[in-house]
Amino acid sequence: MKSKIDIKNLNLFIGKQQILKNVNVQIPENKITIILGPSGCGKTTLLKSLNRLTDLYEDVKVSGEIIIDNEDILHSNQDVTAIRKKMGLLAQRPYPLPMSIFKNVAYGIRISDSENKKTIPQRVEYHLKQVNLWDEVKDRLHSPASRLSIGQQQRLCLARGLAVDPEIILADEPTSALDPISSQAIEQKFIELKEQYTVVMVTHILRQARRIADYVIFMYLGEVVECGTAEEFFSNPKEERTKAYLKGAFN
Amino acid sequence: MKLKKTEEIFFKFLMYISVSFITASLFLIVFSIFYKGLPSLSWEMVSETPKGGFYFGKEGGILNAIIGSLYLSIGATILAMLFGIPIALFMNVYLRKYNRFVNGIRFFLDLLWGIPSIVYGAFGFTIMVMLGIKTSLLAGIITVSIFILPIMVRALDEVLKTVPVGLFEASLSLGSTRSETAFRVFLRQTIPGLATAILLSFGRAIGDAASVLFTTGYTDHIPTSIMQPTATLPLAIFFQLGSPIEEVRSRAYSSALILTIIILLISVISRIVSAKYNKHRIKF
Amino acid sequence: MRFLSRKIRDKSSLFWMVISLVILLLMPILLAVGLYLKSLPILQEQSFWDLLTESDWKPMQGKFGFLPFITSSLWVTFLSIIIATPVCILTAIYLTQYAKKRVLAIMQPIIDILAGLPSVIYGVWGVLIVVPFISKTVAPFFGLQTSGYTILAGAIVLSIMVIPFILNILIEVFRTIPEELTEASLSVGATKWETIKYVLLKKAFPGIISATGLGVARAFGETIAVLMVVGNVVKVPTSVFDSGYPLPALIANNYGEMLSIPMYDSALMLAALILFGIVLLFNFLSRMAIIRSEKNQ
Repeated sequence: MKSKIDIKNLNLFIGKQQILKNVNVQIPENKITIILGPSGCGKTTLLKSLNRLTDLYEDVKVSGEIIIDNEDILHSNQDVTAIRKKMGLLAQRPYPLPMSIFKNVAYGIRISDSENKKTIPQRVEYHLKQVNLWDEVKDRLHSPASRLSIGQQQRLCLARGLAVDPEIILADEPTSALDPISSQAIEQKFIELKEQYTVVMVTHILRQARRIADYVIFMYLGEVVECGTAEEFFSNPKEERTKAYLKGAFN
Repeated sequence: MKLKKTEEIFFKFLMYISVSFITASLFLIVFSIFYKGLPSLSWEMVSETPKGGFYFGKEGGILNAIIGSLYLSIGATILAMLFGIPIALFMNVYLRKYNRFVNGIRFFLDLLWGIPSIVYGAFGFTIMVMLGIKTSLLAGIITVSIFILPIMVRALDEVLKTVPVGLFEASLSLGSTRSETAFRVFLRQTIPGLATAILLSFGRAIGDAASVLFTTGYTDHIPTSIMQPTATLPLAIFFQLGSPIEEVRSRAYSSALILTIIILLISVISRIVSAKYNKHRIKF
Repeated sequence: MRFLSRKIRDKSSLFWMVISLVILLLMPILLAVGLYLKSLPILQEQSFWDLLTESDWKPMQGKFGFLPFITSSLWVTFLSIIIATPVCILTAIYLTQYAKKRVLAIMQPIIDILAGLPSVIYGVWGVLIVVPFISKTVAPFFGLQTSGYTILAGAIVLSIMVIPFILNILIEVFRTIPEELTEASLSVGATKWETIKYVLLKKAFPGIISATGLGVARAFGETIAVLMVVGNVVKVPTSVFDSGYPLPALIANNYGEMLSIPMYDSALMLAALILFGIVLLFNFLSRMAIIRSEKNQ
């Protein structure tokens, strides 16, 4: 198993409060890795430190290393926008940009790659098809994205993220605002996408993790309690706290 | 028990009086301006500049003041936007994580907002004397834009504050720089609110007299360059009202009517624009 | 190439933003320093305290006593606040506690339009309605004779100008009081009025003080409208039916024509500096009070 992201001794403080405590994990390439744990355990913070969105918050201090493709992104002198472009983010609820459906997908392509202006319509179509949204929106590509249903918006956000050719997809409870059918569509999509991408997803829904995880990282109070393959994790947990969580003690 | 009830009824009665007092004041003001202003309002008033003997009640109009006011307030609004929009974006995009610093700027702006325009006007005039600049449209535009800048920034800031952090993160995750996020996402997301904020500043600019009293000068001509002095509506009203001649005074009333109509129009337009945007009203 | 140009655009817009912010922050400092430097000549010649307490204003003879202007400003300001504040408190309570949502929706534009009317319009209205009302109705009622251009006229016009300003803040103050507080009081058996009297007003008290303070600052600096109705006679007023001559009016009426008389220029700049200082002080104290009370909640 080849690892895509290698996190070493990651500590993160907000003010004096320690949010992440000495996190050491590896995230395998072309697999779905689920970060699991009760709310407030630091899952989302861990996810956001991967593409340095933690820079946006005041008083955040990070130490340790996050190595992606042999480069420590925390201490890289590479442009942060280039690091972020490598990772598509799917948030808890969809945040379509204030523009048309077409432009939402084209936005990332336009700002990062001006050479192939002519191919933009094809690429938009390709990515909308990739998330099974094309048939639903092909007649109204130029109407505002805000008119779509929330499930459609979330798929649009996924297409928008895929359009900048990321290698990694970060998802922060991407189904929490969606109805069961839309949730299922997203989950299904992730299983297909892992052929080409490394998927990291945060969730607190145990059943969702069981359905799609290849690899699980279980966090509790800022620490990684246990991590391993999904099979191993669900059938043969080693830690007491994991066992308690799987029985539903923390929920 | 009965006493308590009486007390409540008494105060409720006072409340009704207060609400009626405020409502009546507005209608009384607007009504009296219309009542006195309408009779002498004519096409000549709004389409001609003052002719010889205008200030003795002879023919002519106040087109010079109307155009002058529009030039002045449009110029000042644009100049203020040139600085105000970047500042508001800077506060809400770049400085978003430095909450205490941004709140400090807000506090500062709130203080500035209360400084009377006469102080700006007097100060502007002193600077002009020092630099040897004559009263002109340009001097007025600069003074007024300094005076409306804090108002505009604070109003824009109130609007930009409402952009959810999730949208910010989404834009950054796509690899946009912060300036791309600011100008392409934040501005676009808040267009109706921004328009309202800018209209509010425009309204301040066109209505203020004290800041232009010494800086723009006054002339009967429509200015053809920003280095020329210009008349403005508030001053046209102010000067004509001071006249001992009845005809001139009644023209002051119709000039006031014109200014009132402009202000009411701005108010209506911004209400229409922000109709979709009622969640976060700008409060002043 | 493309990446580089994006980078340059990012840096240059950041540069412009920083420059703009610096200009904005420097402006008032520049203003204060400039006003101070221009008022230095008169301050070096006469003591500040004497200038404030002398009532002789004869620029030609070099006598600059600010007392008439300061007392006029104080009279007009406090009288207008005394009229405006109760009206605003009562209206804010009514609109947030008793009135239906629809009434507030109707009142909001009325308040906003009042707030947006230019001061010269208020002035015209004052000349048309308030001044004659005082000379023909109010003064005769007290057995007095006056032209109507009085402190009282200034205060009435000013009170209506500051009402929308104070009212908007108060509505916000009452709106942010948590509903649970009202419910808690009602559920122990208090009537609605008792709840307002003992709970809401108490909770809103710091907010009311701040709103009033901001109103004072606002009223103190108002120029044109007051100038048009207050009479502009240099004399320490002793009754509301006297004419007055507030500080802003002093500057507005004389600035621009005073360059030939020595010290006149400096005296008027001192007037502007005093105005600036007082307004800033009231604003500062009121805003601090708001922040304090927000922290305590």
